[in-house]
Amino acid sequence: MKRKITIDPVTRVEGHGKVTIKLDEQNKVIQSRLHIVEFRGFERFVQGRPYWEAAVLVQRLCGICPVSHHICAAKAMDRIIGVPSDELTPTGDKMRRLMHYGQFFQSHVLHFFHLASPDLLFGVNSDPVQRNIIGVIASFPELAKKAVLMRKFGQEIIRATAGKKIHGTGAIPGGINKHLTLAERDEFLKNNPEFNADLMVDWALEGVQLFKDYHKKNREAVDGFANFESNYMSLVRKDGALDIYHGGLRAVDSNGNKIFDHVDYQEYDQYITEEVRDWTYMKFPFIRSLGKEKGWYRVGPLARLNTCDFIPSPLAQKEFEEYKAYTHGKPSGASMHMHWARLIEVLHSAEMMRELLNDPDLYQGELTKTGQRTGEGVGVIEAPRGTLFHHYRVDEHDLITMCNLIVSTTSNNEGMNRAVSWVADNVISGNKEIPEGMLNQVEVAIRAYDPCLSCATHAIGKMPLNVSLFDHQGNLLDEAIKNGE
Amino acid sequence: MSKKKLVLATTSLAGCFGCHMAFLDIDEQILDLVEVVEFNKSPFDDIKEFTKECDIGIVEGGCCNSENVRILREFRKHCKILVSIGQCAITGGLPAMRNGVPIKELFEEAFCNGPTVNNALIPNDEEIPMILDRVYPCHEIVKVDAFIPGCAPRGDLIWEVLTAIIEGKSLDHLSYRNFKFD
Repeated sequence: MKRKITIDPVTRVEGHGKVTIKLDEQNKVIQSRLHIVEFRGFERFVQGRPYWEAAVLVQRLCGICPVSHHICAAKAMDRIIGVPSDELTPTGDKMRRLMHYGQFFQSHVLHFFHLASPDLLFGVNSDPVQRNIIGVIASFPELAKKAVLMRKFGQEIIRATAGKKIHGTGAIPGGINKHLTLAERDEFLKNNPEFNADLMVDWALEGVQLFKDYHKKNREAVDGFANFESNYMSLVRKDGALDIYHGGLRAVDSNGNKIFDHVDYQEYDQYITEEVRDWTYMKFPFIRSLGKEKGWYRVGPLARLNTCDFIPSPLAQKEFEEYKAYTHGKPSGASMHMHWARLIEVLHSAEMMRELLNDPDLYQGELTKTGQRTGEGVGVIEAPRGTLFHHYRVDEHDLITMCNLIVSTTSNNEGMNRAVSWVADNVISGNKEIPEGMLNQVEVAIRAYDPCLSCATHAIGKMPLNVSLFDHQGNLLDEAIKNGE
Repeated sequence: MSKKKLVLATTSLAGCFGCHMAFLDIDEQILDLVEVVEFNKSPFDDIKEFTKECDIGIVEGGCCNSENVRILREFRKHCKILVSIGQCAITGGLPAMRNGVPIKELFEEAFCNGPTVNNALIPNDEEIPMILDRVYPCHEIVKVDAFIPGCAPRGDLIWEVLTAIIEGKSLDHLSYRNFKFD
């Protein structure tokens, strides 16, 4: 008899999501889907607002990475006021970069330590009562304290550059609206022996080591779990370096061959398009030239390490080389390698924050630049979760007339669905009984992508399982509800 | 003999999760908090449905679909003190900017008219919840006992509110400087 398994809600999706898995008479999986169930309508209701509000409004898309949207919208508006984003003043450019590294740092730390680490520290099948940040605080207090302070450091950097920790106002069209003060610099660099940029670099290194130790003990699981091929996309600098703030678009296939490279992102819509499917509110981007079937791609930390040639900070570069040696120089498709990549990026962000804090351009210099007003602008940035696109049109009354957003997690929609299918096919399929550990693995697969809103509701232990039996014509035959333990 | 911990539940409805991040902005104080508070249904743990009655329920986000309303009503049912946190829960917040716009236009803009839309199609499936006619603040759906304003509120204010409730003190004398409304 056929049945349908529902995991509702799914953990760690911006807003809420659910998974449905349909099985045939032989318990073989015939369909698995990740449905994104939230819709707010930003692209429409931001129309009619003055263009300078965009960076402040649109960051309310997400409370974990508002800085990504804030800066990305500001970059689009740079174009609207006639200044390409790579022609800002040194102060404008570097203040935004510091803001961005600060948010990368806190967002990645939040995801890995507060949310994903319980699965690694306690085990994927461990007791759900303990398998959360509170459990980590109880069992690994030193680690928990460091994670809390690392997140705090990133948030304080954001506050100093954007004006507020969450939903700031610092990035404006053409630049930034404040300098850093020398007093602020000293707070971050030297006043406090227990909270400073050097410590952040040390702890970031410990974080990478934590993953590598875990990997050593669980090689097959880490390398094999939800491992599948795909294309990858991210921004890269002109010289091929990882650059999360600005660059050209590069896409590579599963062998590392370039599909397109150093594309001016103002033309993004000639390269990317989005498919709509009727069973989810989130769209499916794909590379136009490759078509719907072969054109889907992944973004985010793993994609970035798969596309870039090197990382422009020494300690992270060393880790990158070790990672590349392990993956034989070819793109890795292993979903769990995303955590490894994420932690290398935490290290990179720590090094870059320290470097920028020592840069005199943050403390003096022109804040903004203006140019010749235009009617259309695209901003692209590497958000923690992947490439983020903001596209606006503005009329002669300074009001927004069009807004198109491709949010990072959207580009991972197909990837996440494939990861869910991998677990469904390799772990769940063929089993009559499906214990919650198996369902947890579905969530572990989704979680590796750090979909924005990393915790939504996050339940394994008391997960109610709704099993509906349908015949092959879709008639409901029977229903059973298991209310957790 | 240890004092019985207060039970805390949290959720984000049609919020951006910023208020949960503001909660985490209590930073190291969370290490003290977990000594006196136990989490029940919350995004921070694995409890998906209420397993016991809660002393405090903190709700972020307003209601924009049928599922949000269902969860909000669960919170009212299972929590002694229900707190709306952030502008979305208190006024509908930014998502409420869609309230003046016909729903058809919202969907058409996202799924039909955009420059990168490949195939115009409005999602419609039994698995995805129904959108409400407008975004509602929480207190228009259930009775709410306290409100923490801000978008997002300061971590300091959240900490003050939590400690006042935990210590059984009044919420009428919170620090003026911790309030902000943007």
